[in-house]
Amino acid sequence: MSIRRDHSRFRDIVRGKIRENFKKYVSHDELIGKREKDYVKIPVPYIDIPRFKYGPKQQGGVGQGDGKEGDAVDGGDPQSGEGQAGNNPGEHSLEVEMSFDELADILGEELQLPRIEPKGSKIQSQKTEYSGMAPVGPDSLRHFKSSYKRALKRYISSGIYNPKDPVVIPIRQDFRYRSFKTVTEPQANAVVIYIMDVSGSMGEEQKEIVRLESFWINTWLKKHYKGLETRFIVHDAAAKEVDEETFFRTSESGGTLISSAYKVCRDIINEEYPADQWNIYPFHFSDGDNWSSDDTKLCMKILTEDILPKVNFFGYGQVESKYGSGQFYKDLEKEYPSNEKVVLSKIKNKEHILASIKDFLGKSR
Amino acid sequence: MANLTPELEKARQKILAIAKDFGLDFYDTIFEIITYDQMNQFAAYGGFPVRYPHWRFGMDYEKLAKSYEYGLSKIYEMVINNDPCYAYLMEGNRTVDQKLVMAHVYGHCDFFKNNKWFAPTDRKMMDTMANHATRIRRYIDRYGVDEVETFIDHCLSLENLIDRYSPYIPKSSERGRPEEEEKKGSLFTSGKEFLDEYISSAAKFRAGDHHSEQGQEEHMRIPERPERDVLLFLMKHAPLKNWQQDVLSIVRAEAYYFVPQGMTKIMNEGWASYWHSKMMTEKILSDSEVIDYADACAGTLAMSPMSFNPYKVGIELFRNIEERWNKGRFGKEWNECTDIAEKKSWDKKLGLGREKIFQVRRDYNDVTFIDEFLTEEFCVDNKMFVYRFNNRTGQYEVDTRNFPAIKKQLLFQLTNFGQPIITVENANYKNRGELLLRHLYEGVEMQTNYMEETLKNLHKIWKRPVHISTTIDNKEQFVGYDGKELSHSDAVSA
Repeated sequence: MSIRRDHSRFRDIVRGKIRENFKKYVSHDELIGKREKDYVKIPVPYIDIPRFKYGPKQQGGVGQGDGKEGDAVDGGDPQSGEGQAGNNPGEHSLEVEMSFDELADILGEELQLPRIEPKGSKIQSQKTEYSGMAPVGPDSLRHFKSSYKRALKRYISSGIYNPKDPVVIPIRQDFRYRSFKTVTEPQANAVVIYIMDVSGSMGEEQKEIVRLESFWINTWLKKHYKGLETRFIVHDAAAKEVDEETFFRTSESGGTLISSAYKVCRDIINEEYPADQWNIYPFHFSDGDNWSSDDTKLCMKILTEDILPKVNFFGYGQVESKYGSGQFYKDLEKEYPSNEKVVLSKIKNKEHILASIKDFLGKSR
Repeated sequence: MANLTPELEKARQKILAIAKDFGLDFYDTIFEIITYDQMNQFAAYGGFPVRYPHWRFGMDYEKLAKSYEYGLSKIYEMVINNDPCYAYLMEGNRTVDQKLVMAHVYGHCDFFKNNKWFAPTDRKMMDTMANHATRIRRYIDRYGVDEVETFIDHCLSLENLIDRYSPYIPKSSERGRPEEEEKKGSLFTSGKEFLDEYISSAAKFRAGDHHSEQGQEEHMRIPERPERDVLLFLMKHAPLKNWQQDVLSIVRAEAYYFVPQGMTKIMNEGWASYWHSKMMTEKILSDSEVIDYADACAGTLAMSPMSFNPYKVGIELFRNIEERWNKGRFGKEWNECTDIAEKKSWDKKLGLGREKIFQVRRDYNDVTFIDEFLTEEFCVDNKMFVYRFNNRTGQYEVDTRNFPAIKKQLLFQLTNFGQPIITVENANYKNRGELLLRHLYEGVEMQTNYMEETLKNLHKIWKRPVHISTTIDNKEQFVGYDGKELSHSDAVSA
């Protein structure tokens, strides 16, 4: 139906609007709030074709019903049927449902992100597809067209086909049935491990940035891996695994021992995600203040020996805060000057989220 | 899309016979059963199965589909003014609803065929619309969807700037410069686009054609008289490419097609409701269907405080007219009678009601209908009032129940469809080929942000600065757009 095309055209225009204002949406936590299972609701300004018309509030109209002079007429907006009132742009906004897939597409186009190439995986999944034909099968799967064709062929080749009386009667051997084949395909498993520093120096604003950034990273990775798993670790001087809710809400305070978190991360990977079967993406967000240089050394050791060999890449996002020194970034930079598996990014404020996502996901790994 | 089920087909034949019996007269009417999704699609297309591709149809469709899914609205019937008429029934509605819709549709079809305001409409609009779609698709293939669509956006922005009464004026002035000739002119320029600039009449005066310098003022003035059909004026004089001119003519033709439907909304719905109610209650309903019927009727005829229900007002006015003419409650004697008791029991048993309403349906439109037949008694009986927006309280409030005020408000809303009246005043404004429109101010100001955006679109078509004189905050002002920025200035000289 042609309305489908007009409709998708309209959706394209809406998507275009969202793309235009994408920067705004990226740093919009409202968006995350309106998250449903498969889609987000995005408020976009109403699209309307401008015309010369009367302002609705000036005009008034005729109604029917009870009420004395001066009584309020309820019902909010008058029906536009009589040409009295229209929608005021700006006052109304259109709420557009957009699936995570679409959102990821826009993110991808906007940042020109390359597609992710999953690590070769040894896991194979099997499923069945009805794509073939078989000479036997249940009647309910009988394929009329190929059965008829075979019967016709037989008629013609045996010379009994009469074009004037084109009756074709199939026999047992003509029948063909749909049949399934088992297909094996490689399955790409992926897990994202978010690690966040919740020490005293990480304030609300910093956490908000982490929240937004991980939302977008998740959106992007989800597009490439069905059934993406996420794990969350928070740490100050000690680290523990938490659920998503706690991850974003919790506010601990205290010192910072990054190694504690890396240890938990390492353990999770070792116990549950064998590297030959999983694509693993740890992301660490911190303000870059570690307790001691000894601990930093320990961190590097765990990274080099246990984590880096197993993961697709390791992302470190340093959120600028008033109190953080940002030393850890420099340490990592020094330790891994040309290691492709370590991706570093500095996030000054909300505006830089987009650039930081690009840092992380800009290369396909 | 499917034909009627045998049961409905039987009902249709019965209703058809009854309708003809009552003297209704219509083109062949074809009923089709469609799904709710198709119904939404057709409704988004203004009732037609095929329209040119444009995103706004998609937007309308999304709105309709959403509100149907959320159970907020449901379209019962749709009928197209065409010969033959096409009408759609929604799959899955109760049989009694389908019967009601069929009876209602025959009422509409009779109105389409016989109301004189519909006389100039294209009765093959179904084909014409399909034709328009083909033409626009061809332009899209040739010039790209973005370019064509953007241009359509600009045209639609000006869609309401037509002269709604022009189809009823015998074509003399316009025929003096037949459109055919205009077309030929543009065909001539077609091959050599680079010459267009120098050939088209618009370009001539835009470039400040002073060859007729000895000519008087009138010669400089285009149009000679203010022109209400702004779209026609643009077609003739704006520097458009051929395909753009054609697209503009399509938008204009479709806008004109829908004019009579807007012009007779109250009457048309009233007439159809009058007949479905008469036919259903007197001839069609079986005992078991009465409750469902009453329920459906109560829904369509419900009044709501903020909206004025054309079905309700229309049907009541027709019934009122029928009663008055049956009882002879009209004319000098009736008007001069001051005795309330006598007026109440006034019945001359003339029986002219039926004849009168048929005459009314032939000759009137909403404006004349309300003007002539809306009576004070009627307003009181139907609890009508005028509401206004109160800036102090920030809400709409009942303003008055005074009869003249109600009538005035209604007529104002109906005249020109509640759209501002705008004319082309001068196409050589400031002697620089700038376009000046004038809004004939009648006490209601235009919405400024919409006006500004519309001016920008107009500029895209005229390609020279455009202005409109209008009233903002009780002051006459000129609003202009020169392609870069908007300007507001007090009216000094036109």
